[in-house]
Amino acid sequence: MINFEYVKANSAQSASEARIKNGASQFIAGGTNLVDLMKKGITAPERLIDINALPLKEISLTPKGLSIGALVPNSVAADHETVKTKYPLLAMALNAGASAQLRNMATVGGNIMQRTRCSYFYDTTMPCNKRNPGTGCSAVEGYNRMHAIFGASEQCIAVHPSDMCVALAALNATVQVSGTKGTRKIPFADFHRLPADTPQLDTNLQVGELITAVSIPAHSFNKAYYLKVRDRLSYAFALVSVAVALDVKDGMIRSAAIAMGGVAHKPWRLYEVEEFVTGKPISKELFTEAASIAMTGAKTYTHNQYKIKLGKAAIIEALTKASS
Amino acid sequence: MDKNNLYNIPPFADDDRVDGLAKVTGKAKFTAEHQLPGLVYGVFVCSTIAKGVIKNMYLAAAKNAAGVIDIIYYLNCPAVPGYKPADRTKNPNARDYTGHKVFFNNLVLSNGQPIALVVADTFERAVHAASLVRVEYDKEVPETDFEKNKFNGKLLKNRGEFLRNEKDAWKNAAVKLEQEYTIPIETHNPMEMHATTAVWEGDNKLTVYDKSQGPKGVQGELARMFELEEKNVKVITEFVGGAFGSGLRSWPHVHAAVIAARKLKRPVKLTLNREQMFTMVGYRPYSWQKIGIGASKEGKLYGITHQAVSNTSVYEDFAEGIVNVSQFLYDCPNVNTDYKILPLHINTPTWMRGPGPASGCFGLESALDELSYQLNIDPIELRIINNAEVHPQSKLPWTTKYLKECYALGREKIGWSNRPSVPGSLKEDGMLVGYGMAVGVFGAGRGGATAKGILKQDGSLLLQSAVSDMGPGTSTAMVKIGSEQMGLDDNKVRFELGDTDFPSGPTQGGSGSATTVGTAVMAVCDALKQSLKEMAIENIAAFKNLKPEDISYENGKLVAATDASAAIHFTDLLKQSSKPELQVSKTSTGFAQRDKYVANSFSVHFVKLHVHPVTGVIKLKHIVSVADAGKIISEKTARSQMVGGAVGGIGMAMTEETLMDHRYGRYINSNFVDYHVPVHADVPPVDVLFVNKPDNIISPTGAKGIGEIALVGVAPAITNAVYNATGKRIRQLPVTPDQLIG
Ligand SMILES: Cc1cc2nc3c(=O)[nH]c(=O)nc-3n(C[C@H](O)[C@H](O)[C@H](O)COP(=O)(O)OP(=O)(O)OC[C@H]3O[C@@H](n4cnc5c(N)ncnc54)[C@H](O)[C@@H]3O)c2cc1C
Repeated sequence: MINFEYVKANSAQSASEARIKNGASQFIAGGTNLVDLMKKGITAPERLIDINALPLKEISLTPKGLSIGALVPNSVAADHETVKTKYPLLAMALNAGASAQLRNMATVGGNIMQRTRCSYFYDTTMPCNKRNPGTGCSAVEGYNRMHAIFGASEQCIAVHPSDMCVALAALNATVQVSGTKGTRKIPFADFHRLPADTPQLDTNLQVGELITAVSIPAHSFNKAYYLKVRDRLSYAFALVSVAVALDVKDGMIRSAAIAMGGVAHKPWRLYEVEEFVTGKPISKELFTEAASIAMTGAKTYTHNQYKIKLGKAAIIEALTKASS
Repeated sequence: MDKNNLYNIPPFADDDRVDGLAKVTGKAKFTAEHQLPGLVYGVFVCSTIAKGVIKNMYLAAAKNAAGVIDIIYYLNCPAVPGYKPADRTKNPNARDYTGHKVFFNNLVLSNGQPIALVVADTFERAVHAASLVRVEYDKEVPETDFEKNKFNGKLLKNRGEFLRNEKDAWKNAAVKLEQEYTIPIETHNPMEMHATTAVWEGDNKLTVYDKSQGPKGVQGELARMFELEEKNVKVITEFVGGAFGSGLRSWPHVHAAVIAARKLKRPVKLTLNREQMFTMVGYRPYSWQKIGIGASKEGKLYGITHQAVSNTSVYEDFAEGIVNVSQFLYDCPNVNTDYKILPLHINTPTWMRGPGPASGCFGLESALDELSYQLNIDPIELRIINNAEVHPQSKLPWTTKYLKECYALGREKIGWSNRPSVPGSLKEDGMLVGYGMAVGVFGAGRGGATAKGILKQDGSLLLQSAVSDMGPGTSTAMVKIGSEQMGLDDNKVRFELGDTDFPSGPTQGGSGSATTVGTAVMAVCDALKQSLKEMAIENIAAFKNLKPEDISYENGKLVAATDASAAIHFTDLLKQSSKPELQVSKTSTGFAQRDKYVANSFSVHFVKLHVHPVTGVIKLKHIVSVADAGKIISEKTARSQMVGGAVGGIGMAMTEETLMDHRYGRYINSNFVDYHVPVHADVPPVDVLFVNKPDNIISPTGAKGIGEIALVGVAPAITNAVYNATGKRIRQLPVTPDQLIG
């Protein structure tokens, strides 16, 4: 059997130290992703550093915004009164993810760090640059119905599977990180990476760094909607998803935050669309045009051409639902 | 009272399953749960190419891994006698074994083919060691692409043509259409994965715990394969956690467990994992159909041409009657069908719930729906216009046929009058609304079976037959029949199954268990009553001068026809006759009137759904499934079967598709994250209605069979409703949101 060492971290500092000491070690939180990856032979950590005893389970609201500890279960965050009332977009996105059982185990930190669901990444008999750099990408010319239409490279066209992260990207969240050398804050947009020539790297987190919390700034959005289109009505990853937060007054969009899931290697923020709709009155035409802008530059492969049409439809619907 | 005691449980709530409590409390032991002293664990190493030759297997790392006892593969695998070509000198009908011959040689014929079995002292160690085996292949280019080869004359094999009157007559009809329909591979994915534990006693006696739909079938096959006497092969299948056809035959893992246990002289347990379920225990084959159909302006069918191709493996032919439904479901003067199979480098498909008609009705019932719009005739009316009063080919009557009653019941329940006659014209809460319906059909009948009954002094009846209950509730139904026949409370009757030591029963499949085993149980009950009467005449003074026909049996009591005061309960009779129990075995024969009648179960499924006008997401709102399945013996389990069939049909219509990357000839979604079975959110309220009229011609039980018609027709009812909602005709399953966007 592949044996591994198990240690329980009692402070963020000791967790980071343990992680650095053994390069082949990994943090484990809910384990819903990591254990699957171990069972599938995709990763084989020599040491698991259990971070569940760390005091990272708080949800707190300050005038500056909301902070959610990295170990808060997805279900707890989704059901939290403050999250539901002040950050409904996040609650909706969390509830759209996985199943009730998984959400009970999955943590906020683990959700951010979860790896792609590309079938080729999961099958160790097939080439995959993310799993095994330099072997090639099987998806580019393979079955790529679930794959990226933005920001991909010939090395990797996988998508980031998270729902929660799409809402966090839209809401300008910041990832709070601590390492052996202290703490730092990483803006959500800079947290996940595009594949480029290093698809094996999902994020800009440095070895040894631990996510301690995510913070979401206070905002003025009064409308929100998370739309997830999937192949069955629950317990399936997004074909595409759209997170929309709007500040609407008298039928006028005063500000907007929009991001998409299921289309790129990271949550895909639609800055141009936000800019385009800001200051304009709500109308069907506006949303249709916004959807077209959103899809400019999309690059599709054999099986995911539908994502352009579906992406547009989803943006129109999410904007309509959010603004109604 | 011990609630977990199956035998003496308190009266269960009306229709509860007799084994329900055991199943939900974990008391029921499924195949892989049997622990035996000295048990070791086998885990397969499977091929990662679809075609080629194994050049080298590097076993050292695996052999040296902790706990490994042996690695069995083609170079060291003891010969399986049954894999030799059949010796026809002794038996002219002997047939060669056509299934995959496990560890027989170094050829790889499909991806995921078992090529070695690592046996270790624990399951985990075996799993790990199996991952250490490295294999070097001489790869060849596999052919796995059905679409590319469906008209490839060099590969296709003919499986029969049928002609009634004029060929392609539909082309001369006033109103006509010709369309193609495609169904992808749907993989068998019951909750319980297949498992086998084999134990040898010496070289001639074998006991096997196996997940199977037919213990007797497994017994027969293992006796043939390993040249044993049948009586020396004992197969135990006490509980089955679902099997929709995957347990109808023995797959390579059954042989492998038996081979390993014999070689190592230790009990070996072999459990498949979910990924292996995709490459080893069969699936509904990929199929292509083309249907030409034509009718008069009034809607009277004139001609149907139904062609189909479905895939098989390169080592074995598997065919199912996909086109047969067009030959008899409707009254149509001119019909021709033609069916071919296409060998591919994929493991052999097998029967999956509703095999044949499930696929065929998707084509036929979609085509009829399409025709109804062209004719501007309500789809139900169109079917009634073409109702076959007698079998259109043989002209024989049906044993019973209450299809028209099904239409009437279902159209009322679903609210068919709200159906928009123009597709896409009705909205509800901003959603497009669609209604659809389709017919399901499957052969009904009855086979031969033997059952034993043991009537005891304590007033209980024990029934036994070597069948399995894969989930339909066979035990429950047999208890119902036994209790009704003997006038006993349900909780006084127990049905034991899943052990080849019991009298021979059929393999469970094709919706025939209730009629087949039920008839044997009824025969047992009749024989018990007869013996009781004889016993009364012999031992009880008041009955002394009577003949058996002068005695009636009423609610456990024997009563003299001439003198009602001469009455005795069988428990007292047994006591007074000093008999602790009365035992009889009875064999019932199969349905013998095939020359006089046609026998089918029918169903009609109705669907109401919403389609999101922008995103194309479908939300099912209501399913009504109506069955003409004869007498309903156990209401609750019958209803559960229908609901389960509806869910299976939702999967077929909307979620299930086994995907292959043809570059590697390898499945890319062989897991439950990517292979979608419907979840609760996908399943709307399902109303089940039964015509519930007995069919006493097929069998004295009055039943006709439910298992298959529960699913057959559900998928086209859904896609027909999608058309009604959107005007988009779905001819390729499954229908996903991307096909329906705005
Ligand atoms: C069947 C299935 C369906 C799913 N469907 C969805 C879905 O629809 N939408 C969706 O969004 N998600 C879905 N998920 C993914 C699920 O959300 C993730 O598995 C979960 O969020 C991971 O959290 P965890 O705490 O279990 O992480 P773990 O499995 O414990 O860890 C995952 C990774 O994160 C790292 N990690 C964990 N915590 C920290 C931390 N604090 N700092 C740094 N690194 C950390 C670990 O080292 C590991 O590499 C699904 C998962 C499954 C199994």
